[in-house]
Amino acid sequence: MQAEVEQDVMAIIASKVRVEKPALTRDDRLQDLGIESIDAVEMIFDLEEKFDVEIPYNANTAGTEFRTVGDVVDAIQTLVNNKA
Amino acid sequence: MHRVVVTGLGAVSPIGKTAPDYWVGLASGTCGIGPLTIPYAEELNQKNAAEVKDFRPLDYFQDRQLSSLDRVSQFAIVAAREAITQSGLSFGDGLSERTATIIGTGVGGHNTQDDSFRRVYRDNATRVFPLTIPKLMANAPASQISMHCGLRGPAFAVVSACASATHAIGLAFHMVRSGAVSCAVTGGTEACLTFGAMRGWEAMRVMAPERCSPFSAGRLGMIVGEGAAVIVLETLESARARGAEILGEIIGFGMSADAADLTAPDEGGMARAIESALADARVATTDVQYINAHGTGTAANDSTETAAIRRVFGAHADKLAMSSTKSMVGHALGAAGALELVATLMGIREGVAPPTIGYQGKDPACDLDYVPNEARRMPIDVALSNSFAFGGLNATLAVRKAP
Repeated sequence: MQAEVEQDVMAIIASKVRVEKPALTRDDRLQDLGIESIDAVEMIFDLEEKFDVEIPYNANTAGTEFRTVGDVVDAIQTLVNNKA
Repeated sequence: MHRVVVTGLGAVSPIGKTAPDYWVGLASGTCGIGPLTIPYAEELNQKNAAEVKDFRPLDYFQDRQLSSLDRVSQFAIVAAREAITQSGLSFGDGLSERTATIIGTGVGGHNTQDDSFRRVYRDNATRVFPLTIPKLMANAPASQISMHCGLRGPAFAVVSACASATHAIGLAFHMVRSGAVSCAVTGGTEACLTFGAMRGWEAMRVMAPERCSPFSAGRLGMIVGEGAAVIVLETLESARARGAEILGEIIGFGMSADAADLTAPDEGGMARAIESALADARVATTDVQYINAHGTGTAANDSTETAAIRRVFGAHADKLAMSSTKSMVGHALGAAGALELVATLMGIREGVAPPTIGYQGKDPACDLDYVPNEARRMPIDVALSNSFAFGGLNATLAVRKAP
């Protein structure tokens, strides 16, 4: 279950990446992957639709909440666990 | 080329439903942001907005007239009547045919659209209200002003999201300046606080939950507002010949497109609009004392606008005052530029820079004088009003104290 969530989250993030990157790691920073502004908002929407969760996310403070791929994976994991 | 002056002002805002009341609210730092009271608000995540409160249509219109008037047109007509009354113009002797009506709006009749589509999609109704289409069209406010005020010259709407009103006023200014028309009734209007539109804003993830704190440390985004402002423009010669009270002069207009990101602001695009307004006005950067900022309260706009001001004004950036009245009335989108131009004109006239309220401390990326929290008495001769829209469309107006 946990690995599955991680895999699905990674796939959604990968669809927004704007740089050449063969595989994502937890430590990759969203900013370095070119995921900023509207791309990040679209990523959050895709994640909410996929996992049927509400992600508290304000683009104005995005840099502090979701810095890395791991931050996003963990946040979704928590929301999915809370739902179950 | 004629000199173009303002002889009438009208406003409908969250802090006052006439221009004088709006100004009292601005000068006293009144916050018009509060809980959303629209239908189905309880289902929304966003709880706050800047509504025009206690706006009773029957105070302004007959019952029969209202079936053809969306809230966006009601606001526009009320503001236009106020501005025209103040101007003292009567539009006889062919003046009506030589008067332009140019009104900006972001989305037009959003309440009509939301109400009608809710009936068909949510309530499974098979028909909508008969005047759904002519109420929701974006040119409805311009058309309704022309009909209600008897203005038969060029009339149309200008749509450029958050810069709509500034573009509209700029075009009207150009038409009066060139002599294409003798007079113009121009401004902007918006009434888009609907369930559907708020869901759209929620999805953008740019709204602050409670208050709008432009340029401040810890700011959390914009607050959506509504309202209208309309001004009357005519030539300096005609205003003087009539003995009309002159409320200020429009001296320049600048526009640009970023041709870059759909939503991210662009320092270069902003700077080009400002520079072109200054060039059009033939004033130097050092002539400007006050700027009414676009100042949405988002992290990105406020730091980018600050950088654009630094780029254009250099050392003089530290000598001028720049405030965001959106801190008090929220972001009224297609009406914002007109509400802000009225604030700027009244500020010049009164010798008062309206404040940026909700300012909690300095953000290193926003290091100008934002007139924090309290209005400031200061002489203002030349001022700018900035509007920078989604889609990368920028517009700046330059104004001067009445000659």
